[in-house]
Amino acid sequence: MGKIDYTRAVKYFFLADVWAGMRLGLKYFFSPKATINYPNEKGPLSPRFRGEHALRRYPNGEERCIACKLCEAICPAQAITIDAEPREDGSRRTTRYDIDMTKCIYCGFCQEACPVDAIVEGPNFEFSTETREELFYDKEKLLENGERWEAQIARNLEIDAPYR
Amino acid sequence: MTEIFSHLFTIIGSVLSDLMSSDFGFALILIGQGLLMAVFLLLSAYFLIYADRKVWAAVQLRKGPNVVGAFGLLQSGADMLKLVFKEIVVPAGSDKFVFFLAPVVSFVMAILAWAVIPLNDGWQLSNINVAILYVFAISSLEVYGVIMGGWASNSKYPFLGSLRSAAQMISYEVSIGLVIIGVIISTGSMNFGAIVAAQDTDYGIFGWYWLPHFPMLFLFFISALAETNRPPFDLPEAESELVAGFQVEYSSTPFLLFMAGELIAVFLMCALTSLLFFGGWLSPIPGLPDGVFWMLLKMGFFFFIFAMIKAITPRYRYDQLMRLGWKVFLPFSLVWVVFVAFLAKFEVFGGFYARYLIGG
Repeated sequence: MGKIDYTRAVKYFFLADVWAGMRLGLKYFFSPKATINYPNEKGPLSPRFRGEHALRRYPNGEERCIACKLCEAICPAQAITIDAEPREDGSRRTTRYDIDMTKCIYCGFCQEACPVDAIVEGPNFEFSTETREELFYDKEKLLENGERWEAQIARNLEIDAPYR
Repeated sequence: MTEIFSHLFTIIGSVLSDLMSSDFGFALILIGQGLLMAVFLLLSAYFLIYADRKVWAAVQLRKGPNVVGAFGLLQSGADMLKLVFKEIVVPAGSDKFVFFLAPVVSFVMAILAWAVIPLNDGWQLSNINVAILYVFAISSLEVYGVIMGGWASNSKYPFLGSLRSAAQMISYEVSIGLVIIGVIISTGSMNFGAIVAAQDTDYGIFGWYWLPHFPMLFLFFISALAETNRPPFDLPEAESELVAGFQVEYSSTPFLLFMAGELIAVFLMCALTSLLFFGGWLSPIPGLPDGVFWMLLKMGFFFFIFAMIKAITPRYRYDQLMRLGWKVFLPFSLVWVVFVAFLAKFEVFGGFYARYLIGG
């Protein structure tokens, strides 16, 4: 028979571990809880948060996107599809700007690539849908997102500007 | 007008007293009392599962159920309704009769044991002299629900779970029985009323059995954890090994019966701990009135400890469980029985261990 570790035996006998556990448990029992009541309370979001996409417009109402297709080229998931042709006034704009949100991996490369800050990933993350088709965003939907979230997007871009 | 009413009342009164003194009236009262107890138990199960979840959540820095109803109080009701309205899935090749008998046995046995548990002086369905033996016998039968459920499911996990449960419950019943023998020796009676009366001294909380039987209190409580399959001894339903143990194939109402039965068995252990070691309905401070309030408070406190232990302890390994039961608890409680028997017989410490001497 080997040597008996008496310290350990005494601790075992007096349930030392259980008392320590009970103390720790009670400490957490009375400490403030980490839970937030999600739909009513929301956690903080970084200005760099990459959520739902939006196409922005200039203050005069002209759309920013010039159909350079850099975002389409850089998109690692190939989620973006762009068609373009010159408009009547000679300016170059998109006729089609689709993002397949089911392919998108929210890497933010499109936003990084955009020379005119047209395509951005906004702060919205609550855009679940009931059908797959609703997640195939077209230009109209993206521009609508831009209008809806412009205030917050502009604020986030301004806060993040010194670090770019 | 008043005369007519008083006349009417006397007639009704005499009819009622006739009815109540007849056999039929006696049966009626008995059924009423039984229903009252069942309602009390189901209501307490309702709130206990809520309390259990809240305590568990609080220790893990969560808030627990707080959406359904005020403070989430209706959550248990919503869960019960959900379970009741679900489809009952019967596994292929299962023994149908036994499969459905098992949860009923488990639930009925859990409720049946409460027939002799007093909540206050005389507040019990049946005041029998061998009350502790009765509770012990009924709670031993609870294991049949688990074994039958595991066997009838015709599935491997439930079968392993039920085998584990059988071995575990039998092992720990031995030490629970020996602990209870110590209390019985001290009291000289197996009646719960007498056991509580024996703890009614002039010293309030220090007259209760937890002091003379101090180490056995912990032994009893830990064995109660194992006996009711609560963590850290929930090996029969260890989800990391056996999915849900004997409950794997159960769904809907049968599952609800298993769950409610288990919870009521836990509550029974809380009641036993307060009756045997903490003076039942006696008040801890001499001078304050005794009453059902103290009993409920003590039961609630012990349930809180049950819930805390569930939150703070990791699960035992099976060989450790068996080692603890047979090599630590059994010899310890056996020695304690002999020790208490000597102290009581030779009246060491006066009537401290022999309450029947000082008249309790």
